[in-house]
Amino acid sequence: MTDTSQKTTRIRSTNWVGGTLSWFWLFIVLLPIYWIVITSIKSQSEYFVTNPFVPSSQPTLDAYRLVIDSGFIRYFFNSVIVTVGAVIPAVLVSFMAAFAIIRSRPHWFLKSANSILLMGLAIPLQATIIPVYLIIIRLHLYDTLLALILPSIAFAIPLSVLVLSNFIRDVPNELFESMRLDGCSEWQTLWRLALPLTRPALVTVTIYNALLIWNGFLLPLVLTQSPNLRVLPLALWTFQGQYGINVPAILAAVLLTALPILALYVVGRRQLLSGLTAGFTK
Amino acid sequence: MTATSVGSAGPAPSRSAKSVHGRSLGWLAVPALVFFVAFGVIPLIGVLFLSFTTWDGIGEVVPSGLTSWKSVLSDPGLPHAMWVTFQVAALSWLFQTPMSILLGVFLAGAQKYRAFLAVLYFIPLLLSSAAIAITFKALLDPNFGIGTGLGLPFMSQDWLGEPKLALGVVVFVVSWQFIPFHSLIYQGAVRQIPTSMYEAAQIDGAGRMRQFFSITLPQLKNTIITSSTLMVVGSLTFFDLIYVLTAGGPADATRVLALDMYKRGFQANLMGPASAIGVILVLVGLLLALLFRRLGGGDQTASQLEGA
Repeated sequence: MTDTSQKTTRIRSTNWVGGTLSWFWLFIVLLPIYWIVITSIKSQSEYFVTNPFVPSSQPTLDAYRLVIDSGFIRYFFNSVIVTVGAVIPAVLVSFMAAFAIIRSRPHWFLKSANSILLMGLAIPLQATIIPVYLIIIRLHLYDTLLALILPSIAFAIPLSVLVLSNFIRDVPNELFESMRLDGCSEWQTLWRLALPLTRPALVTVTIYNALLIWNGFLLPLVLTQSPNLRVLPLALWTFQGQYGINVPAILAAVLLTALPILALYVVGRRQLLSGLTAGFTK
Repeated sequence: MTATSVGSAGPAPSRSAKSVHGRSLGWLAVPALVFFVAFGVIPLIGVLFLSFTTWDGIGEVVPSGLTSWKSVLSDPGLPHAMWVTFQVAALSWLFQTPMSILLGVFLAGAQKYRAFLAVLYFIPLLLSSAAIAITFKALLDPNFGIGTGLGLPFMSQDWLGEPKLALGVVVFVVSWQFIPFHSLIYQGAVRQIPTSMYEAAQIDGAGRMRQFFSITLPQLKNTIITSSTLMVVGSLTFFDLIYVLTAGGPADATRVLALDMYKRGFQANLMGPASAIGVILVLVGLLLALLFRRLGGGDQTASQLEGA
């Protein structure tokens, strides 16, 4: 994504249509979020008698207490384990594959590897959930966190390889050559040259994959069963089933599950947003 | 960033022969390939294989020829699910595309407050579909939800209880979740349009509208195709959002293909027919991707390959 400085001359007259629409849509976006925040600090009885959009006169953290007492700390750590456990290997193996695809002497194996991975971009992998379930059962991994990690790694690979290989391609060949003349092996070049030079892209794919896996719902729904193995989105859903009537508690849970990502957004907004569109924009 | 060990030798011997070293690095791609074959390629073949079997999800997988396909293809549930999927895809495309383009164009402006708007704007991108669905389910409550809050009686409908309304709600919530993403793509694309084109248009006396339709839109053609592909192909896999929001109801009004597959497989324990639906999903997805690629009049992935 480029800088905006070149853009200034363009807008002379006011963009009324875009402006009005933007403020309107901003309202649509923020209203539910505002509502989540103010409702989560209402008491259950207050929820039923006050106007939904008026903040509580006696704010309380009861809802949050209930959520935390319902095991959300455990679910939080499950989510962390699955996300970290899947994203780090996924990015690492994708990086190695991307390096091989760009830097290697042409080889039938790499060519077919590349086209298999590209094919993975076009296929809705969720449609293959039933065989994934069968494989996980046969590997005796059903109802473990590893059952979530392994397919998550696989699903993350195609786009990661695509984005990373684009970046490795941009590294000037002279740098590789000089490494080679210095007697470095390709393995050393990989870690000492390509890795630091592609760091922005690595950050980008890491964030993108982490967000997808952190928010993933179908894999945990199908591949786990035990309450103590729930990850956050699944926990949220079962919590809603249990406490359907306690809306403040449900919304407190919604807010708590989103909090780590929102915190990340505050810290690394630029990387996060570029991570989201990685591979889709030039 | 360190470009380790300064190259002592002069220019590289063969600039043209880019990555030819006489070394094969194929082994570096092996780990990625193993993962992807195990949980991507094998399941893809597996879903086709399972569609010719009978399996209850627990016991043995028994080959059963065309039984599953016959039962799926003769079931009126399939055309219904396809119709619902089509409606969700088409309506959410129709709503999201113009909105995202207009918002993207607006957000691409250089004014500082727009950057601030964008920060708030992209929040839905961060939330899980489950969280979004749960929020809207509560917010659309006819008694304690948005209608009461805004004092607008017509907003106090049984949104998720009426088939027609529920489909509309699904389209709306999908748009709420994804318009920011597509605006972000358009914002990036608009910023890449050369300013000189607008300067030339201004000299020629073209107004705002004229500039939008004669420069911005044509220049966004490839982005529109990319974004539409993601929207339409992506809409085939809206599972979590709809599952949590309506569970396919009321009366199957929002039972899209992905949900149909899940319900047949994991709730009715009919993995064979469910796999047949999975095969249909894969085929429809591939077909749509190819179709959009043709619309682009060229190699769509190739243009995405540049830069990122």
